[in-house]
Amino acid sequence: MSDTNALPSWDVLTKHDVFPAASHDEVARLNFLTHLNVHLSSQILPGVRTAFDKQVKPEIIAQTGKSPTSRHEVRKHMLNNGYFQMWSALRRNTMEMRHQAARAQVLGQIDDIVDKVNKACENDANIQLDSSVGIPPNVGSVDIHCQPGCYYQEYFEDDVTVAASYDVGLFVTTAGLLGALSDGGGQGIANWLKTQHPDFSPKRILDIGCTVGHNALPLAEHFPDAQVVAVDVARPSLRYAHARAKSLGVNNIQFVQANAEDLSQYDDGSFDLITTSMFLHELSHQSMPKILKNIQRLLADGGLNLHLEQPQYAGMDVYQQFIRDWDTYFNNEPYWGPMHELDLPKVFTECGFDSNDLFDVGVVSKVDEKIFGKPKTDGEDYGRSPVWNALGLWKGQHAKKSENAA
Amino acid sequence: MSESKKNLTQSEKINLAGSKAKGQRPYFLADKQTEQALSVAMTLAMELSVTKERLASLECMLVDKGLIEKGQLDHYQPSKEEVAKRSLETQAYLARVLRMMQQDKEELENNDPDMQTVQDELTKW
Repeated sequence: MSDTNALPSWDVLTKHDVFPAASHDEVARLNFLTHLNVHLSSQILPGVRTAFDKQVKPEIIAQTGKSPTSRHEVRKHMLNNGYFQMWSALRRNTMEMRHQAARAQVLGQIDDIVDKVNKACENDANIQLDSSVGIPPNVGSVDIHCQPGCYYQEYFEDDVTVAASYDVGLFVTTAGLLGALSDGGGQGIANWLKTQHPDFSPKRILDIGCTVGHNALPLAEHFPDAQVVAVDVARPSLRYAHARAKSLGVNNIQFVQANAEDLSQYDDGSFDLITTSMFLHELSHQSMPKILKNIQRLLADGGLNLHLEQPQYAGMDVYQQFIRDWDTYFNNEPYWGPMHELDLPKVFTECGFDSNDLFDVGVVSKVDEKIFGKPKTDGEDYGRSPVWNALGLWKGQHAKKSENAA
Repeated sequence: MSESKKNLTQSEKINLAGSKAKGQRPYFLADKQTEQALSVAMTLAMELSVTKERLASLECMLVDKGLIEKGQLDHYQPSKEEVAKRSLETQAYLARVLRMMQQDKEELENNDPDMQTVQDELTKW
């Protein structure tokens, strides 16, 4: 790409066998929405900060005699600000347009996709479904990030519309910064291990909340001799994930329908690496401790546990907290805010981990820069940036606190 | 829950594509209908962008096939008759797009009666 400002086309995404095909106009629609997202975050969003600094903050000070002290106070006042209202209306609408565009594209060819997925899942031990697994409240109360049907709804027998639409749409919201297989998170973890812990060689890997498996695949490829177990509650996502992995030639992942609150089928210490990617913020205060206790039990001594997330709110100014919190109220991510204000090391310690084992490290999406360019550090689309803060721990290893980013 | 086998009709697919996500939808603008109109406008903006791309693709294909030269379209000079035809088309187009303003103006000029007043008139014995 000669012009560094030009964005890649959606069409550069890797077309695995179950990836929905796109007509000329469908590609154009997804590219328009990608550009719209970038325009909103780089050109319009900075004005929201200005509206806060020049209009809303002085109003709050005039009314209360002091600067706002919480993100909730900022939100209450910002909701009356015209510039914020317009940016929010556009941002919400763009997300809805993404889902409509992706679903229309997928539904137009859903029979073909389902046939391929069915074929890939037939008599294959790498897909383990369990109809007794229900949808927990943290997944089922609202459709997360405004994705109709969330990760789990099936509109007819063996339907995978929601999973295929998710695979199509990730590019649009992240402006392609997750790479050709939308797997920048998994690639980031694999790259970090490769550069910082080249001797680490897990035999068994567990990825929790895997959805379409996009972040589990890079780990399975980086550790071809390892056996990867990827769990999720969502049947259509798992079936699609399995077909997707198989078509990409990755056969060392078993996709298992399970609720991570109950992983009693696995033995204590039976995994050397346990990962989650953008998962903790889709839990609840009830489910998180249960899942962390399971991770504590399942992780082998000396094993690594890594959670990819956006940074916690602590230490950020109230505007930063407020703007990062937008998705909590306005993009159907109700646990986003509560999770990001948790004292995670305290929660981990209460779930049986040794606080001395914990560390924080920055992980950057690892993608082909020739096609996708370098991850941008300016004009951040808060909450959707491909630069994560990983909370991790080496079980029983102590003193690994100062980990280096890749 | 799921129904048996793939049996979605085309209209069901059209409806499903635009399904609402579960969870109450926030509105940000002072007036809900204004926000809905914004949503319509953004979708039209997307479709215009798609059409522009389609035309660009068509132009590339014509160049590739040697039917026109690169850049020729930018220097295309319509004939006098064509210019006049387009002018009228543009006027009609703008009138369609801004019909609401035209009709509002007419109503302001004409002092139109409201339906209840007319009905009251018509139902007097």
